[in-house]
Formats: sequence, structure tokens, C-alpha cells
Amino acid sequence: MKSAVVVFPGINRERDMMLALESVTGTRPVSVWHTETELPKVDLVVVPGGFSYGDYLRCGAIAARSPIMQDIRAKALKGLKVLGVCNGFQIITEAGLLPGVLVRNKDLRFVCRRVKLKVENNRTFFTNRLAKGAVVSCPVAHGEGNYICDPDTLKRLEGDNRVVFRYAENTNPNGALNDIAGIMNEAGTVIGMMPHPENMIEPLHGKTDCRPLFESLLAA
Amino acid sequence: MTLPHDTKITPDLVKQHGLKPDEYERFVKLLGREPTLTELGICSAMWNEHCSYKSSKKWLKTMPTTGRHVIQGPGENAGVIDIGDGDAIVFKMESHNHPSFIEPYQGAATGVGGILRDVFTMGARPIAAMNALRFGEPSHPKTRHLVSGVVHGIGGYGNSFGVPTIGGEVNFHPRYNGNILVNAMAVGLARADSIFYSKAKGVGLPVVYLGAKTGRDGIHGATMASAEFDDHAEEKRPTVQVGDPFTEKCLLEACLELMASGAVIAIQDMGAAGLTSSAVEMGAKGDLGIELDLDRVPCREAGMTAYEMMLSESQERMLMVLDPSREKEAEAIFRKWGLDFAIVGKTTGTLRFVIKHRGQVMADLPIKQMGDEAPEYDRPWVPPKTQPVLKDVPAPNDLKAAILKIVGSPDMCSRRWVWEQYDSLIGSNTAQIPGGDAGVVRIRGKKAIAVSTDVTPRYVEADPLEGAKQAVAECWRNLTAVGADPIAITDNLNFGNPERPEIMGQFVHAIKGLSEACNALAFPIVSGNVSLYNETNGQAILPTPAIGGIGLIADLDTMATIAFKNADDAILLVGCHGSHLGQSIYLREVLGKEEGAPPPVDLGVEKKNGDFVRKLIRTGQLTAVHDVSDGGLALAVIEMAMASGLGAALSALTHEQLFGEDQARYVVTTRPNNAAVLLAEAGKAGVAVAQVGTVTSEATLKISGGPSITVAELRAAHDGWFPAYMAGEL
Repeated sequence: MKSAVVVFPGINRERDMMLALESVTGTRPVSVWHTETELPKVDLVVVPGGFSYGDYLRCGAIAARSPIMQDIRAKALKGLKVLGVCNGFQIITEAGLLPGVLVRNKDLRFVCRRVKLKVENNRTFFTNRLAKGAVVSCPVAHGEGNYICDPDTLKRLEGDNRVVFRYAENTNPNGALNDIAGIMNEAGTVIGMMPHPENMIEPLHGKTDCRPLFESLLAA
Repeated sequence: MTLPHDTKITPDLVKQHGLKPDEYERFVKLLGREPTLTELGICSAMWNEHCSYKSSKKWLKTMPTTGRHVIQGPGENAGVIDIGDGDAIVFKMESHNHPSFIEPYQGAATGVGGILRDVFTMGARPIAAMNALRFGEPSHPKTRHLVSGVVHGIGGYGNSFGVPTIGGEVNFHPRYNGNILVNAMAVGLARADSIFYSKAKGVGLPVVYLGAKTGRDGIHGATMASAEFDDHAEEKRPTVQVGDPFTEKCLLEACLELMASGAVIAIQDMGAAGLTSSAVEMGAKGDLGIELDLDRVPCREAGMTAYEMMLSESQERMLMVLDPSREKEAEAIFRKWGLDFAIVGKTTGTLRFVIKHRGQVMADLPIKQMGDEAPEYDRPWVPPKTQPVLKDVPAPNDLKAAILKIVGSPDMCSRRWVWEQYDSLIGSNTAQIPGGDAGVVRIRGKKAIAVSTDVTPRYVEADPLEGAKQAVAECWRNLTAVGADPIAITDNLNFGNPERPEIMGQFVHAIKGLSEACNALAFPIVSGNVSLYNETNGQAILPTPAIGGIGLIADLDTMATIAFKNADDAILLVGCHGSHLGQSIYLREVLGKEEGAPPPVDLGVEKKNGDFVRKLIRTGQLTAVHDVSDGGLALAVIEMAMASGLGAALSALTHEQLFGEDQARYVVTTRPNNAAVLLAEAGKAGVAVAQVGTVTSEATLKISGGPSITVAELRAAHDGWFPAYMAGEL
């Protein structure tokens, strides 16, 4: 399983993501700089977390318009798998790969804590090693993770089983609509999520609940 | 030589620059002529208390700063210690008190930015941050606003920059009503053989300006931080800098990339007193002159004067001396990261600090006298009055109510509201998040470091010498409690106006106490910062020498945590039973009094007990460990229960035994079948250990012959105060 991790100025969880990908899949991901115009040949592109361009304009808005995102968008439309985590979710949403938008947390504060995630759809490239309805622990660390969209989009997301992860057991940390923590596109090739599974994969992290997510990549 | 003396230097102007008449006279004598306005500005920037340490230097020199792990002691951007395998830890703590009071978000944010820069300037990647915060009493009208702004600012900068904030302290006290304390600590990891220093080497080499552009923010920040406040403190808001963590993150990556290329000869970040201080330090340390051409300095706005450029404290800037053959390569790295890169001057053999702007010489000063030979004072001091040891402190009428009051008090309640706003996990290496005795981050494999910040200001106020010893001892104990070998510390000495002999007396005694403790515990001071003039309208803060310590954990599998692990484990107290209630939390929260002598610190016992606990941890005999500090044995046991969801059955204990804050103590748990073995080992080692209870599966705290309190009740009290206070419900 070959993967690439895209790095924009201000991204800061690229090392965490690369570590997780390498430790579970056994292959070191390629790091791709934002000014590049063409992706190397890979099975998966990950847009990691951080504060691209300081999140100064609107989270992800500037990164979404960078040279490499044009190629990612084009290839995603042809079926390349894309995973966006935290700021990465915001970036791929801004790039139009996923519907909706992520706005300020309901209480207007950044929050770093462990939440419960329910796997709503286990037939995706990132969840196939878990049972439908499985609940895993996973940390979040964000100030703008409150997912919103218009009622029609929400209806389609729910109706098409495109909500991949939902905050469970009253742990919604940001006020997201329908407790949405992660969604996918219609083809199931693009997934975006706010929580950080890369920070819960080894005993040091307290739990290894999110290791199966990365293991899913091997089966996909 | 002609210099533009277009502004008449009046006594009033000298006073506005924070220089005393005799200091100004000394400056004029040094020059042999009247200074230009730019020169006066540079002098005020270099000779103020914040940059020159003129009141404290004499005493700082007496502190222990060497040891077998020390690679670099005080005097550089940060201290450096050797942790084996070619790894070095670079760390320092620094205050941003004055700006944070005036503008809490930016003040705290740039405090974090400044200390991170100090660490990566030396070639280290920051791997952890901590902070020590003191606010006024909760009922003071400004406190809520200040807490909110400071916490938001620390998170806003650290989270975006991408460093895990793994712990800290938050306290409230009326003596901080007019001067809050924001002490930020950063810890970085470097290779021991590639540490970068600020000392310039070689004549005629390019001096390069890197990072963000220079603006008009922060002018006179260091001078502001060297004076007391009055009722008009808020008028000083323009002296506060504005932080840009995005640029700092880019600056970090660009600097580390450039350092790895081998092009950097010397590097200094622009912190307090910006371009002035960084250039003077590089030159003075290297016995070289520096000549700067301000026309080449990247500016945020047109028309900035030499005076403004030299005194700007715009953030995220660096000065370097580069290998001239590598200029192109260096510039390419900085352009890649979208940062400014400009050759703004050169090193000279003249020992002069020369500033040119628009074809004119705006300043020509002797560099050594501006830097490391700045004025130094031996300020008069009087020994602090100490307080009598309190005897016969009454027991509470209602023990359960007393416990719940303490657990839910502003100083003892959960700080979750605060630390959940900090990213504590980034880096994937966090082994202990806030809430335990120390934060722990992995270096690699099983190797980790522990970090803790500590001081109990009310103890220092009551007896600066014992209180300062206690701060070091508690830090050492917290590192020990997670199973680390304590290695070295950084200190942040926050005091009032040193021109008052009683404040200077506090300072002198505190230094004596710190030194004694550091010597006894082989725990040297490798970096630090002094913040004086923390006073408003003549009222000084509590003397607050904050200590930030680093410990080494060789094997993470033996790391200890505070949470109880199993029902039936024996709860043991290491150290004598409590007896000392002077200056205790019990006395203050339950009896409403803050008096008496603080608990004395016996450094020999401290070392013996700590070494014993560490040995037990390493040999796998302990299931949980917690140091005993504020609130005594009772609070230690309660915190262990709340962290686990298990309960505790304690034997019959007096209120002195429950709440006494005697030092050198730990609560530990061990499997029931190991208790006797452990007690026998303690006897052999001459360490006082007694079983005080048992862990129970029922989540209740039961005190024999006393009340029962469920862990749910304790948690409700503990978790409730902070969010309710911040929501304005209290």
C-alpha cells in the first residue's frame, strides 16, 4: 500500500500521520510539498492535520487552492483514495471533494480530549476491519470541527450511508450536526474526519483503538 | 564623525526611557558626547532590568549551574543537558507577565512564541511546552477575562505551532490582582554534537535577517517590563507584540533545515529589544563589532525610523551570521518557506555597534559595554521576617464538608477546563497528559523525559528561603513520582520592585534556598529568567520563583502514574505522618487564615525518600504513585481515587495527618502480598513508611471513624468549579 502525505506550510501533524501509516502498513509514505503539481503514483493520499496558512482566512481555504490540490482533485474524481484528517478534512471540503463545511466549535474553544467514535459505515477503505456500530476511543484536537451542511445534503449523507463516523455516548465535542465526525463522497473514495486516529495506535497512547482503521488500508 | 542630533535629549526624555540620571550620566561618559535619540533608545533597551539583569546578576552568579549532564548552562538562549545516546534536551522558562496583564491573548501567545524560539534557535525541535500561571483572586473583576485570554493565547500559539502542551500550574491569589504571572517553558530535542550558539565568529561575515518583517509593534516592550504598573497600565497596550504562530512554524522548519546544511555560524533570536539585543549579544559574546544597514531591513510599513526599527519587538525574527559561501543555499531555504531573508550587515573587528540608515550613521556605540558589561547593582536588602510555627490548629467541625470544600476550591479543583484547550497529543509521543505529577514525552523507543513546573508562592512569601527550597524539592519529587531521574532545572524568578530592600531580601533568600536545594539534590540550574517590578501601586506579587524541571525515564515500561490500579492494593505513605498545618490549604480554605511558617524542607530526607520511591518504581513494586503537596495526604489519596474510579478505605487519621503539608512524602500503592516486603525494605533503608489504607472496588472514600464520601461527590466538586466560574455562574 503506497501512500503520500501532503504538506502545506503550517501543517503540523504530518509526522504523526506518517508514523502511523508506516507503523501499520509497513511502507513509509512519500511526503509531497504543496507547490508540486503532480502526485507520485500512490494508492492513497492523506491530507493531515495542522493549521495550514495559520487558518488565517478560513480553515483550509488557502491550501485548497494550492497547486498540488488541483492534481489531487483531478485524480480523486477518477477514483484515487483520499483521506483528510482534521485540517485535512477542512481542506478537502474547501476543495469541493466533500460537501458541507466545518465551523467554530459550539463553545468557541479549542478542544483536545478523547471522544467515542461509532463506526456507522464499515464498508470503506478506512473502516473495513471494524464492525458496523463498533465504538472506538479517539482523540480530537481542533477549534473548528463543527460540521454543518444544508438540510438536503444532510438528508443525502444520511440516506446514502455516507456518515462514516459519529460521535457516540454524548461525546460530541464541537456541536456538529447529527454528531457527524466523518463523512465520505458518493463513490466512497474520499473520506474526511475531524478526530485524530493517528494519535491512538500504540500502547503509549493509552489505547490502540484506531489501529484497525489503518489496518483497513491494507485490505482496501 | 557627525551623528544626527536632531532631538535634544532632555532629562524628561531620559526618564521616559526608564534610565536613572546616574545611568544616563554613565552612558554619556562612555560615549564622550551626548547620544542621539537612536542611541538613547538602544541604551534603554540594553540596560533595562529585563535585558541586563542588573539587580539580579550578582546573586544569580552564586547558583549551582554545573553537573555531569550539563552541556550549556545559563547565558545562552536556553540551557542544554545531555540525556545519553547523543541526545540533548534544550529548555528554558521565561516570563511574559507585564504584556499578558495588558493584553492577555497576545501577551501569552508571544510568551509561548518567544520561548519556543529560544529553544529552536539552539538547533532543537520543540517536543513539549508547559506553563506556570498566577492570577488574582477569582472575585476580582479582571480575573475571568485574564484567565480566558491567557489560556486562549497559550493554546492559540502552541496548538498552531504544533508543540504538545503537557502540563502546568494555575493559581489564584489576591496578590496577583494587579500583576498576573505568565511563565512559559519550552523543551526541545537536539543532537548533542550539533547545538547552535549566539557567539559570532569571524570578521567581515554577513549578518543575515530572517523571518517576519519588522513593524511598529512592541516598541519599548522590554522597558515596560522593567517598571511597576500604576492605574494607567492599559495605556501601555501598544508595547505588546502581536504573535503569528504560522510564521513561527515556518521559521522553525526553515532554521532546522538551514542548520542541517552547515551554513550557520551563529544564531540569535530577536526577543526582548529585538534587533538591538540580538545584534549586541552576538557581537559582544564573540568580541566582534557589528555594523547594520537599516535600509536593508525588511519592514512591514514604509517610513520607519532607525529608532523604531532598533526597538521594535515584532515577533518571529532571527539574526544569523552565515558562512558567506552558503548564502545562496540559505536564501533558497528561506524563500521556500515564504520568509524574508536579507543581508543587513556584517561583523567587524572594531568592537563598535554601528547603525546606518539612509546614508547616515544613527548610532556608534561600544558593543561590550552595551552587552555583557552593562551596569550591575548590589542593591540593599534586609532579611525577610519569618513567621512562627503554628501549633494547635483546630480540627474541622465537619470533616466531609471540609474535604469537599478543599477539593472544589479554586486552587485545588480540576484544571481540565484549562488544559483541554491545549493540544497535548501532537507529536504522537505524549505518555502522560496534564493531570498527573509530571508530563511525559517519549524521545524514542522506551526512552522518555518527564517535565514539571512547581512553586508554592504562599510558602515563599512566609519564608523565602524554605519556600524556594520547597519549590525545587517539589519539582524533584514530581519527576521522581513518575519514575524519572531528575536531571536539571530552569527557573523563572518573579518578584516585586528590587529597589525596595524587603523585596531584594526576598530575592536574596530565595536564591539561597534554590541553591541549597539544587546542590543537595544534584539538580543544577541551566537556564532561567528574572522578572522584577511585578508591582502595582506599591503592592508586590507573592514572591514566585517558578521551577521547571526535566527528568529522564530510561524505560517507559516502568513509568508510574497517579491512578489507583487494583482493588485491595495497599495504600502506603512514604515519609512521616503529617503534622504541619502552617500555610496549608486546609488552614486557608477551611479556617480562612493564611499564616504561620511553611513546612520546613529537610533535603537529606527528601533525597532519601525520593531515591527509595524511584527504586520501588524501577523494580515494579508500585502500582500507583503520587507526591504529597497542597492539601496533604487526604488530597493525594482523593486525586488517586478520582483518576481511577476506585475508592479508598483509610485508617483513622487526625486532621493534621490528613491535611498536613509536611515535605518529602509520597502516597504509593502496592499489591497486597507485597506490602510486608516493601515495609521491610523501607526499614532497612531507614525510610519511614506506613500503611494508611486499602484501595476499594467501591468508589467511595472512607475514613475509619469518620465520613464516607463517594468518588462521584468528590468529582462533582472537583470538576465543577472551573467551568462554572468561567461561565460566570460563580
